[in-house]
Amino acid sequence: MKVTVDEDKCCGAGQCVLLAPEVFDQRDDDGIVVLLDAEPREPLQASVREAADVCPAAAIRLSTP
Amino acid sequence: MNQENLVPLRYPLSAKGALEPPAEWAELRERCPVARVRLPSGDEASLLTRYDDVKMVLSDPRCTRRLDAEDAARISESESGGVFNAPMATALYSAGQQRWRMMLTKWFTAKRVNALKPGIVAMTDRLVDEMIESGHPADIKARVGFPLPVWVICDLLGVPDTDRDRFARWSDMMLNLTRYGQTEIDAAEAEFGAYLTAHLDMKRADPGEDLLSSLLTATDADGAGLTDIQLVATGQALLVAGHETTANMIGKMLAMLLSERRRWERLVADPSLVRTAVEEALRFDANPGFGMPRYVEQNIEVAETLLPRGTTVVCSMAAANRDENTFAGADEMTLDRSPNPHLAFGSGPHSCLGQSLARTELQTVLEVLLRRLPTLELAVPAEELRRVEGLVVGGLRELPVRW
Ligand code: HEM
Ligand code: SF4
Repeated sequence: MKVTVDEDKCCGAGQCVLLAPEVFDQRDDDGIVVLLDAEPREPLQASVREAADVCPAAAIRLSTP
Repeated sequence: MNQENLVPLRYPLSAKGALEPPAEWAELRERCPVARVRLPSGDEASLLTRYDDVKMVLSDPRCTRRLDAEDAARISESESGGVFNAPMATALYSAGQQRWRMMLTKWFTAKRVNALKPGIVAMTDRLVDEMIESGHPADIKARVGFPLPVWVICDLLGVPDTDRDRFARWSDMMLNLTRYGQTEIDAAEAEFGAYLTAHLDMKRADPGEDLLSSLLTATDADGAGLTDIQLVATGQALLVAGHETTANMIGKMLAMLLSERRRWERLVADPSLVRTAVEEALRFDANPGFGMPRYVEQNIEVAETLLPRGTTVVCSMAAANRDENTFAGADEMTLDRSPNPHLAFGSGPHSCLGQSLARTELQTVLEVLLRRLPTLELAVPAEELRRVEGLVVGGLRELPVRW
């Protein structure tokens, strides 16, 4: 699984960080998403998929290589 | 029959029970996804009820919150007050909504909210202690649901514990368009403004670790800060956006779980379901209030219907949250539903800034109650629960419980 994030779309709501703190973080100064792990392995993938599904800004994209 | 319903529906729609959806939702989604409605002011708007349409319009930059435009529909008779057209909105828009949001976002990140969690647990435990002490039956909305979100916001703003109750009263008055008259609302706004102005002076002299202290000196990327008027408006905005909404949601969530006690018992048996149960309560809430109005700035097409510029649309997130095309078994409350991309907090760049905080408050209330009062139950039949009269935020008047 490959993850990309779109910083311009992100609205800083932090859902991704609550769901998958191993994969996403937020910048301290403006709350914009930071990708910690662009190729998460199991068992993280389920929560990453959920984060992509519920991100209010549709800022998280997943692809399978 | 898009927009072809000849007589506009009266909006808000009414429903039978306090926890049940209006009968029209299913039919509107199915056959009339863009429906003509008449608002309390007498003006007309277009109501959206399908998931895809609501989600699109909420995040579409052509649909704005400029509801004070000349030809925008007015929501209610009273011209000021309420979250849609309060003076705070004007103050904040003059600061540039995006700029304001960016300066605040860092206070609502997952990390910050996680750091607030132990404090929220302690406040909840204290409210539950006090409720237990005064005995049952108790109105858990008044005892826990209503105070907790104000206490949390006071904490965030660095307001001392002793002033929390005044905050709660102001907040109640500024939002309750139906319960209080315009003069009372204006008086509450003035008193609240004066309090915050004095509070800011104090923070300037003796800064703390709170949001207002940091905003006093904060600047954006261009080096510009916020004026005092904008800082007062920020305090007011957070109270208006975060108090009544969360307070009512605590009440409704508990009512949904207790009215079918199997749901509560399932959580008692497996508290690891708290996170998904909170999301499902947000999705399943059939009484969320008005919905989000938007002003159409440029012609757009929704569900194959043209919405000309100048139209006011009302997005019913709650109707969208029951859309079978997105949520399998949408009319069932499924405590372990996942993923749950509901729209209770809106969608897109304007979606609720406080959503991580709201989620944490809801989860904490549930965790504390499951731990402290596993025998909790309704003290009246669910059919006797009544909706609040307020126009903007939906909720229950009271929620009597025993344990
Ligand atoms: C269960 C409780 C809550 C619900 C259901 C809720 C819902 C919403 C909704 C639907 C919006 C508008 C989205 C849009 O216009 O598209 C919103 C905006 C907002 N909410 Fe919440 N909210 C809740 C709690 C909170 C809390 C606790 C706070 C902060 C203390 C908060 C702060 C805000 C702010 C500042 C905005 C405006 C964001 C912007 O203009 O960019 N909310 N909320
Ligand atoms: S959930 Fe989406 S919008 Fe929120 S912080 Fe993560 S990427 Fe940004």
